[in-house]
Amino acid sequence: MNDMRPVERIVDTDKPKIAARGCQVYYGENHAIKDVDVDIEDKAVTAFIGPSGCGKSTFLRCLNRMNDTIDVCRVEGDIRIDDEDIYDRKVDPVQLRAKVGMVFQKPNPFPKSIYDNVAYGPRIHGLAKDKAELDEIVERSLRRGAIWDEVKDRLTAPGTGLSGGQQQRLCIARAVATEPEVLLMDEPCSALDPIATEQVENLIDELRQNYSVVIVTHSMQQAARVSQKTAFFHLGNLVEYGETGQIFNNPKDPRTESYITGRIG
Amino acid sequence: MQDPHISAAFDRDLEAIQAMIMKMGGMVEAAIVEAADSLERRDMEMAGRVRLNDKAIDELEEQVNEEVARLLALRSPVASDLRTVLSVMKISGNLERVGDYAKNIAKRTAVLIDLPQVDGATSAIRRMARAVEAMLKDALDAYIQRDADLAEDVRNRDVEVDQMYNALFREFLTHMMEDPRNITSCMHLHFIAKNIERMGDHVTSVSEQVIYLVTGEAPDDERPKGDSTAYEKLEIQ
Repeated sequence: MNDMRPVERIVDTDKPKIAARGCQVYYGENHAIKDVDVDIEDKAVTAFIGPSGCGKSTFLRCLNRMNDTIDVCRVEGDIRIDDEDIYDRKVDPVQLRAKVGMVFQKPNPFPKSIYDNVAYGPRIHGLAKDKAELDEIVERSLRRGAIWDEVKDRLTAPGTGLSGGQQQRLCIARAVATEPEVLLMDEPCSALDPIATEQVENLIDELRQNYSVVIVTHSMQQAARVSQKTAFFHLGNLVEYGETGQIFNNPKDPRTESYITGRIG
Repeated sequence: MQDPHISAAFDRDLEAIQAMIMKMGGMVEAAIVEAADSLERRDMEMAGRVRLNDKAIDELEEQVNEEVARLLALRSPVASDLRTVLSVMKISGNLERVGDYAKNIAKRTAVLIDLPQVDGATSAIRRMARAVEAMLKDALDAYIQRDADLAEDVRNRDVEVDQMYNALFREFLTHMMEDPRNITSCMHLHFIAKNIERMGDHVTSVSEQVIYLVTGEAPDDERPKGDSTAYEKLEIQ
């Protein structure tokens, strides 16, 4: 008989977009990430889960060198995107962050118009040769952010005047405006109501057609809903990494089981 | 045993549905034994009690279904908790069917009481029922102790029940060929034997749920099977 199960969740494991090997992070004396090896796939959503302080956000921030901005932070090991060492001295972190976009927990639009919020990145990276092309990029990004219809008549209004959910989608539109290849999201829905959360989750599902999306979330149900792969972090270790259905159905490590079932572990 | 949940109410709910299963299991075990005993002793009163008790089993199954739906909606269980809830749902369905078969035996007993006895048939049926009851008891023990090995053992014992059924099938066929006046009793007795054989299959399914619950994977289809009556041919000399 034909297999009638939906194939949507099956991920092509051909070649990883991001490959980390022996990754260590120290905040001064504190060893925050301990020897993490992970392969993150292209055109898929990978969720990082784990209790507060387990290192999941720290590891996420390694992927676009955001930790460089913290003085006491030291990153060791090898992290490659498309086989290119992102900690190589010839890599410009600003260029890297155009390729690896990021969306934060709290929507943080610039105190500028909606248009300028999205146009900012393409302008500084010189992605548009004239106004018409910039207009096109702004519209395309706002459409990808699933917010175009709501803001197309008021592009000159300040971005900060939008609702929380709209602001977050504006920030996603801003992040995709520079045509990144990887999108990092650090608890993108934790400041949003359930409806706005669903809109953003739906958007994440659409974004994975084009990007490799990595999301840190405290909501295990959100991880289960949006991701194809899930990684469980605990005390700086990557405890278990696997297909999301397997992690939530039949985790192999007892620590994963304790955490996702809500037991004291 | 596993650590308790941070939410104590979640533990309480999970324990409650498993307690319902154990209660149901106890009632079904009693129904199997009493159905077979009432047949052998020609005890109409006991047979009537089996029919009456089946209502309570059905009601309990309804309660389990409602409770499972509520738990899924409110607690979104995952991993072993999810498997516990799914296994409760399936096992309650299996137990309910076993209860129905016991009730059906009790109904046929009411007819058989007024008919001449067939030699040795009712005691053979009682032995078969005892074997299934023992399997169910072990399956429920395996469930509560999360013992996949015991469940596997139960699963392999179903073949014995199948063989007892095969033997009875041939015996009834012979009786009917010898004397057409035996046909009514033997038809009813055959359905009773078939009911018990089906009970064994449901108990096997319960033990498979235990294996799924403990290991996270359903057992493969390879297990001994002994019911060959589907290929049996009637040979008239």
